[in-house]
Order: sequence, then structure tokens, then C-alpha cells
Amino acid sequence: MFRVALCLLLMTLVSGCSDKWGWYVVNPTTTSGAVNLNFLISGLYYTILLSVTAIVISVVVGLLVALPGLSSKRPLRMFSRTYVEVVRAVPILVLILWVYYGLPQLSGLTITVFWAGVIALALSDSAFEAEIFRAGIQSIAKGQYEAAHSISLSYADTMRFVILPQAIRRILPALGNQLVYMLKMSSLVSVIGMQELTRKANELVVSEYRPLEIYTILVLEYLVLILIVSAGVRWLERRMQSDERN
Amino acid sequence: MGDVAEPIIRFAGVEKFFGSFQVLKNISLDVSLGERVVICGPSGSGKSTLIRCINGLEQHQGGTLSVEGVTHEDGRKGLDEIRSRVGMVFQQFNLFPHLTVIENLMLGPTRARKLPKEEARELALRYLERVRIPEQADKYPRQLSGGQQQRVAIARSLCMEPKIMLFDEPTSALDPEMINEVLDVMVELAESGMTMICVTHEMGFARRVADKMVFMDHGEIVEVADPETFFNTPKSQRCQDFLQQILQH
Ligand SMILES: Nc1ncnc2c1ncn2[C@@H]1O[C@H](COP(=O)(O)OP(=O)(O)OP(=O)(O)O)[C@@H](O)[C@H]1O
Ligand SMILES: [Mg+2]
Repeated sequence: MFRVALCLLLMTLVSGCSDKWGWYVVNPTTTSGAVNLNFLISGLYYTILLSVTAIVISVVVGLLVALPGLSSKRPLRMFSRTYVEVVRAVPILVLILWVYYGLPQLSGLTITVFWAGVIALALSDSAFEAEIFRAGIQSIAKGQYEAAHSISLSYADTMRFVILPQAIRRILPALGNQLVYMLKMSSLVSVIGMQELTRKANELVVSEYRPLEIYTILVLEYLVLILIVSAGVRWLERRMQSDERN
Repeated sequence: MGDVAEPIIRFAGVEKFFGSFQVLKNISLDVSLGERVVICGPSGSGKSTLIRCINGLEQHQGGTLSVEGVTHEDGRKGLDEIRSRVGMVFQQFNLFPHLTVIENLMLGPTRARKLPKEEARELALRYLERVRIPEQADKYPRQLSGGQQQRVAIARSLCMEPKIMLFDEPTSALDPEMINEVLDVMVELAESGMTMICVTHEMGFARRVADKMVFMDHGEIVEVADPETFFNTPKSQRCQDFLQQILQH
């Protein structure tokens, strides 16, 4: 919390001591300032919706890619390995452009900006999620599988009730980092016209010619959003740990 | 009862390799219903591997191994069949740390045996009673002592109502003062007629419950005898040396 306070303090300091600033563009006490500010903040909706949708999909896909990677069968491991290597090699921005402009031509389906963004972000992130899951699952002791085997659990039940609950506790900080990363990367979807935080700021800059103030607000928007998410992840982490320890 | 000669577990010429290293050499052993077998031998002689082959934690390469007539060659279904009849207790307990004691016990019955929750809970409480820790039901494994954890592990296996119980050095990770509480539970189980195969160096326990002693060395079964003969007049030199060492302290 004190970090948020520090930022606000910093902002007033910066704004107070220079005539290069023109905060009137986003001054909430004037009508046009309030309208502009609202316009900027309204981008939060898509930034969050986009990131959360993408992370949910990428966690599921990441898990589905990680599991065959842990198999004793070579072709399955190869599939997982190849997926991770290929997907990780493509820059997110390139993936966004390819999915939005390229994929419709290939598939014949039209795709909305939102879903193009979700697909590109989720795809790109899923390779990292797969690696995180792999490491997490591998960190669980062999004895846990053997105990599950000895009480006749199926593979699916072993994963669901024994291995994954323990693995997820361990990888929670890493998953939280991915969510933060995703929130930041979602700004790239602005290039195909997604009305999220960055796009809104860009559009306002074009009409108001006050890039310094508007982009400063943008920085703060991301900062606050991510500090809140980080705090949430830490809280969840603590809760799950105390669950286990009591 | 039925045919005494029909063994519940039969090893016939079983061979097992880790890479090019042969861990089990031409193992032949019969265990009949209700029999208590104690396996001992020096470290690395293949005792764990032998019993882990029974429930399919390890796959053997040569010979045949059957449990109630079902062999591992019967594929997945055969293995599942065998798993459901064989319980196992490990040196390191291997309890599920994220689940409470009662949840540890109920997982197998609800998921594998498809019992309704209430029935599984009753079953679990019954077995907790039997290992004498009913009051620990809602604790997490890490809140229990080693001896209590191992008793929970025994109860977890019993909840699957197996016909055969395997024990792999169940007391060797325990502090000395906790060994007896676990052995007591095992003695009781033996007296109830459970078929048991125990890898252990607790010779007092062996004398008390074993019907058959098995001595292994270098992947071979060197000696099989009733406890009386085994402890008083061991035949092989290797077995004599081993017993001398272990009984010294
Ligand atoms: N997964 C494995 N891969 C390779 N070698 C193994 C493996 N498991 C066991 N071994 C080897 O096989 C031999 C027998 O091992 P095993 O665990 O069955 O012995 P043990 O009689 O149970 O010994 P201990 O008393 O130490 O538990 C040992 O030499 C061991 O190093
Ligand atoms: Mg062993």
C-alpha cells in the first residue's frame, strides 16, 4: 500500500515543479478534463477482460501441453517440446498481427479484434505456462505417485487430487507473474484497434496533443492495476500455504 | 477352507533389470492366503524391488508373477485388478500433505472404489480407530508424529480393503520410541489373518508373526525357512553373517 502512496506523492511532486506540464487535459474538475479522464480509465475494462480471458485459456492449454511432456512415451514428449519451442520463438506482436490479419484468410472465418487478441496472447503465454507446470509437476516427489498407484487411483485422479493441488501451490507465484506479464502484453493488442488502456491513450493523444500527461496517466493506470494484482497473488499464496500448514 | 496349495502370489523365475544391471535373479516364491512373509537382506539386495514388482510399481522382464492367478501380462486391466487387491506401506509414509488425515483415507474409497462419501467416511473412521488415532482425523499429516503418520498410511491402505498388504521397511524412518506403536498395529493386522509381505529388519517382529522368512542377497533369494529354523540354524554363510550383524545391536 505504501508504494501506491509513494507513487501518488511522486506524481504531485513532478506536476507541481514544472511549467512543461499541462494537467488541464485530465483535470477532473473541468468538464472536458473529466470526460478525457473517464475515456482513459474506461480502457481498463478491455485490458482486464482481455488479460483474464487469455490467462485462463493459456493456463488450460499450458497444462494440456505440459502433461504429454511428462509422459514416458517419446512422441508425446516430442509434441510438447516442439510446441513450446515454436510458440516461444514467435514475438507476441507478430503473433497478434498474424492471428488478426493472417488467420481469417487461412480459415475463411472472420475474427473480432477481441478474440484475435485473446488467441494471440493465450497462445504465446501457453508455452510459458507449460514450462511452469512441467517444473511444478516434476518437483512433486515420486512417492506421491506411488502412494496414489497403491490406492488404485487412475492417472486422471492422481493428477487431479494428488499431484496438481500440490504443484499449483508451488507454482502460484510464477502463475501470478504470468498474469502481470499478460496485463502488460495486452497493451500490444492496441495495434489492431482493441479499445484497451493503451489504445485509448493513443487516441486521446491524437486529439489533445498532450502526450506527456496522457501517457503519464497510462503509466499510472498500469502501475496501480499491477500492484493490486500482485498484492492479490501474495494474499492467495499466503492463504494456500496456511491451508497446508495450519 | 479351500485348496491350501494354491498360492495367492506366485513368483516363477522372475528376472528384473535396471538397464544392464540385474536386480532380481531367477526369483521363485509362493505366498499362500493368510501367510506372513518377512523379507530381509543387506542394503541393495533387491528387497524393495521384489515387493514393488507385486503391485506393478516396477515391471519385471523375465519369468511370471501372478497375484490370484492374474499376471502382469494381462495388460492394463490385469494390473488394475492386482492394484485393487494389494495395499502398500512405504518407508517414507507418502501421505498426501495437502489433505487432512480423513481426506487421505477417503480418497481411494471415493475415487477408486466409488463409495458414497458418507460410507467412505465411516470406513475411514473405522480404520483410524483400528490404528488407534481416531482423534487425529482432521489434522494434516505434518502435524502428526512419524509413528502416527505411518499408522495413517496403514489405515489408508486398509481402507481399500486389500487382500494382501506389502510393507517396505515401514519402521526404518521412525525414531526408536515410535517403532513399537507401528509394529503393534502390524502384529494386530497379522493376527486378523491378513496376507502380509514385510521387508523389515525388526527381527523381534519377524519372530513373532512370520510364517516364512526370506533372506535375499545380490538379487537372489538365498534362503527360505520358517522363523525357528531361520534364526537358530541358518544354512548359508551369507545368511549367518547377516543375522550376526543385525542381531548384534
Ligand atoms: N530405479 C532404479 N534404477 C536403477 N537402479 C536401481 C533403481 N532402483 C533400485 N536400483 C538398484 O537396484 C538394487 C536393488 O535395489 P532395492 O531398492 O530393491 O534394494 P533393497 O534391498 O530394497 O535395499 P535397501 O535395504 O537399501 O532398501 C540397488 O543396487 C539399487 O541401486
Ligand atoms: Mg529398500
